[in-house]
Amino acid sequence: MRYLPHTDADRRAMLAAIGVRDVDQLFVDVPAAARQSASFALPAGQGEMAVERAFTRMAGRNLSAGCAPFFIGAGLYRHHVPAAVDQLLSRGEFLTAYTPYQPEVSQGTLQYLFEFQTQAALLTGMEVANASMYDGATACAEAAVMAARVTRRRRILLSGGLHPHYRDTTGTVVRYTELDAEALAPDPLGVEDLIGRVDSRTACVVVQYPDFFGSIRDLRPLADACHAEGALLVVAVAEPVALGLIESPGAMGADIVVAEGQSLGMGLQFGGPGLGLFATRDKFVRQMPGRIVGQTLDQDGRRGFVLTLSTREQHIRREKATSNICTNSGLCALAFTMHLTLLGETGLGRLAALNHALAVRLEGKLRAIGGLKVLPGAYFNEFAVALPGGRDAAELVETLAARGILAGVPASRFYPGWPELRSVLLLAATETCSEADMDALVSALTEVL
Amino acid sequence: MSDMRFTKDHEWIKVEGDTGTVGITDYAQHALGDLVFVELPEPGRGLKQGDECAVVESVKAASEVYAPASGSVLKANDALTGQPGLVNESPEAQAWFFTIALSDPAELSALMDRAAYDEYVKGLE
Amino acid sequence: MPDIQTVSGNRGLAIEEKLIFEQSSPGRIGVDLPEPPPVDLDRLGGLARKSPIGLPDLSEPQMVRHYTRLSQKNYGIDTGFYPLGSCTMKHNPRLSEKVARLPGLTDLHPFQPQSTVQGALEVIDTLAFWLKGLTGMPAIAMSPAAGAHGEWCGLMAIRACHEDRGQGHRRRVLVPESAHGTNPASAAMCGFTVDPVPATADGRVDVAALKAKLGDDVACIMVTNPNTCGLFETDILEIAGATHAAGAFFYCDGANYNAIVGRVKIADLGVDCMHINLHKTFSTPHGGGGPGAGPTVLSAELAPYAPLPFVVHDGDGLRLVEHAEQQAGAKPFGRVKGYHGQFGVFIRALAYILSMGADGMRQASTDAVLNANYLLAGLKDVLTASFDGPCMHECLFDDRFLKDTGVTTLDFAKMLIDEGFHPMTMYFPLVVHGALLMEPTETESRETLDGFIAVVRALAAKAKAGAADEFKAAPRLTPRRRLDETLAARTPVLRWKAGSNGAG
Repeated sequence: MRYLPHTDADRRAMLAAIGVRDVDQLFVDVPAAARQSASFALPAGQGEMAVERAFTRMAGRNLSAGCAPFFIGAGLYRHHVPAAVDQLLSRGEFLTAYTPYQPEVSQGTLQYLFEFQTQAALLTGMEVANASMYDGATACAEAAVMAARVTRRRRILLSGGLHPHYRDTTGTVVRYTELDAEALAPDPLGVEDLIGRVDSRTACVVVQYPDFFGSIRDLRPLADACHAEGALLVVAVAEPVALGLIESPGAMGADIVVAEGQSLGMGLQFGGPGLGLFATRDKFVRQMPGRIVGQTLDQDGRRGFVLTLSTREQHIRREKATSNICTNSGLCALAFTMHLTLLGETGLGRLAALNHALAVRLEGKLRAIGGLKVLPGAYFNEFAVALPGGRDAAELVETLAARGILAGVPASRFYPGWPELRSVLLLAATETCSEADMDALVSALTEVL
Repeated sequence: MSDMRFTKDHEWIKVEGDTGTVGITDYAQHALGDLVFVELPEPGRGLKQGDECAVVESVKAASEVYAPASGSVLKANDALTGQPGLVNESPEAQAWFFTIALSDPAELSALMDRAAYDEYVKGLE
Repeated sequence: MPDIQTVSGNRGLAIEEKLIFEQSSPGRIGVDLPEPPPVDLDRLGGLARKSPIGLPDLSEPQMVRHYTRLSQKNYGIDTGFYPLGSCTMKHNPRLSEKVARLPGLTDLHPFQPQSTVQGALEVIDTLAFWLKGLTGMPAIAMSPAAGAHGEWCGLMAIRACHEDRGQGHRRRVLVPESAHGTNPASAAMCGFTVDPVPATADGRVDVAALKAKLGDDVACIMVTNPNTCGLFETDILEIAGATHAAGAFFYCDGANYNAIVGRVKIADLGVDCMHINLHKTFSTPHGGGGPGAGPTVLSAELAPYAPLPFVVHDGDGLRLVEHAEQQAGAKPFGRVKGYHGQFGVFIRALAYILSMGADGMRQASTDAVLNANYLLAGLKDVLTASFDGPCMHECLFDDRFLKDTGVTTLDFAKMLIDEGFHPMTMYFPLVVHGALLMEPTETESRETLDGFIAVVRALAAKAKAGAADEFKAAPRLTPRRRLDETLAARTPVLRWKAGSNGAG
């Protein structure tokens, strides 16, 4: 086997050095019943060519996004990842290192995480960020729990514009705790009254920006209302590219900002792994979950970086820890920070403007289709439409997929119990959308609607 | 220093009238190593003997501090918040944690005096 | 070498590298993007950003050099021997990386119509088939993102099952003292209280103490097997039997499953659920601290409570169940993360599994145990082994051999860095003093192990000969020497700020 260096002669010599006759003697602590009954009717190993062929076959059963006019978003966005990102990500010193427990031989990981934390804080408009969580949804749940810890309150209010996966993950995390998560109905029109629901028992309000249906709105009035009642405002961002063009949640008064970082550096990967960004105010840093890198000096007085404030974490605090998180998304954070380094202030601004302009162009083209209604509200690169005549959006998406067009996501996929959302379709446009893609979508829609 | 009493969890309490001053012992600070963070109880908080009332953290460890006696917190030593290292430098004098209005001074008789505590610590080593 | 001073501070190939924020020249760019078509900004609802973000501007060559230099300050498995106990730092096959980059697998959106992603669902389903087959367990929750996340997932299924059966009062969880910190932390997240179980002198769960703690309020036990001391729990069947007789479940922490994969079926040990760290046993890259994946196998009793989503066979095809009402009998406890699991990690794990096969994995676990016992045999006369062998995939020493030398476990680890090795895990598990936990893994050759043994023996002799000062000064040959963790924690600097250049 190509990954195992020992020859049989090696094994014999090693057994002799250990002082046992055969290898089974090393497994004597395993109960005999469990040793003998194990039989595995599973295939034997294969060479590289055979394995590669198996994956090529499975890949061939998919319609990949790059082979179709593509308008799907709903929390994950298809952006072009510059070639340098993946090339550098594949360096073994990044790929095959572990958590930087030994800082003297981990300054590479620690420095890029320090840079990542800085970028995450700047982008969200916050003061401090951690070294990443699993993904946007789990970061959102951790934020809600942290808000409850900070305020010593139990009521968590989830906006109807929050991504349904973020809503469900948060609901699941608090399910068997003292906390109580109250989720509002899906809100494609942006009419829910959150301000009226904030009270003195509320730990936090969780909103998404841009929201699940693509809408953006000024969060300042909500932030003020939260603060007046002693509650925190948690803002979830599923499309961080938007922050290159629109006001940051921090600037509008957010207390905790979480985000899904997949948009930068990672590609779609069928939704996983993701990258959870987690940022907050300095005063809450000791309540923040996850690993944190800090700057310090080495023995010779040179700047260096270490994991710090570890006493919040499970390996020290055990059942009293801020979270059970251990492994996070280090390599995804590297992809994110590398992509953002290539973009910089100038590039992110231009990329965001391009996304928005293409979405506006798509909206304009769709408006030409009779009876199709674009739902009201300001947006960044995604918006919702209602199909003419109450047409079922899920059926339409299947019909268009059969023609090789990935036309967006039907809201019914997330809200099966809401018949009034059956005709609602979410569409996103990024820099990967060409004029020809949009025209193909519009002409197919014109034909089938 | 004969009015100082000690717990098995390495807190000390110094009593003057109905008021106690609470801290952690030299043995405790030595065992913890360089302290980097101290969390103190807010004034007015009611404590029962044995309640968790403060937290001390070094780089690699976090420990609870338990109330050596029952009562109501009067004042916290805010100097420790900005300067946790003071606990290492002067654990049994300058680095007191908080003062407490004792509600049941009789509880103190169950605590160790200096000689008994020194003996207790010797047994731990 | 440490005495040579250069003008730049660089030392040949060891080049100092500034932060990206210190290399910016506003207006530089590392990507070429078309000018956006002109549009009215009225669709932004007045929310256009009013001030700059403060991100640095670099070109592509600067960026490539930056990350190349940073990579050179890291130690990875590709660099050398990395015997970090309980972390399973084994070789990461490059075929896994190659197939994970096939556009037909990676350029897929999780919300594409299911008819367009049957191949992706096949990857998930095939991996699930293998993990169930290897463990002998009937069901699996694929979506947990890491080991700790899988622990929580398993405990949530246990809680949901108890609640469903009117046993919601079962809130106590028995956890051995030697457990990883995630165990009690995960239990607390499910509203459970943690009751520690002591270990015996031979490093295993004290069965009598455990039995005494079992009762009508116990939800489950959490036992790591092989345990964190690198030992197989010899009384595992008795533990499982007593637990079940008390109406509780047996959660097995599968962090060390790599010691027995392909040799022992988890189902034969009486386990009700166990998470599997794909980044350990199935060799997906650790990536500097993630991403991992923690699929969790479940018994038939717990299976209905598995979280959403999951893949089922439906006629000729595969179907992703995203809502409880889409599958008869499902009583999911909820959803643990966004989307459908760590798909990119699944591809790599499956590539490893198909490459190894059942026979290869049996050989891998055998060689992992062989290597650990070889280390133990080669070191036990100079270091102090905490427990007699045989061990499983890792061997545990404590710091008794350093008594009166003035050298600590930490100092010993730092000396190994100067010798070109990544240190073992230090100070874990907590049940022995000054622990040194070594996990060589099966992908290390006999020559590598012999080289390591020779160095450790020499260092032990040196420590005993009174070279404490030299140990305290280590490491001396690294990009940075020992870092001041007290300073970092007392005065946290957690991000770069303009004008805060730092020393050096």
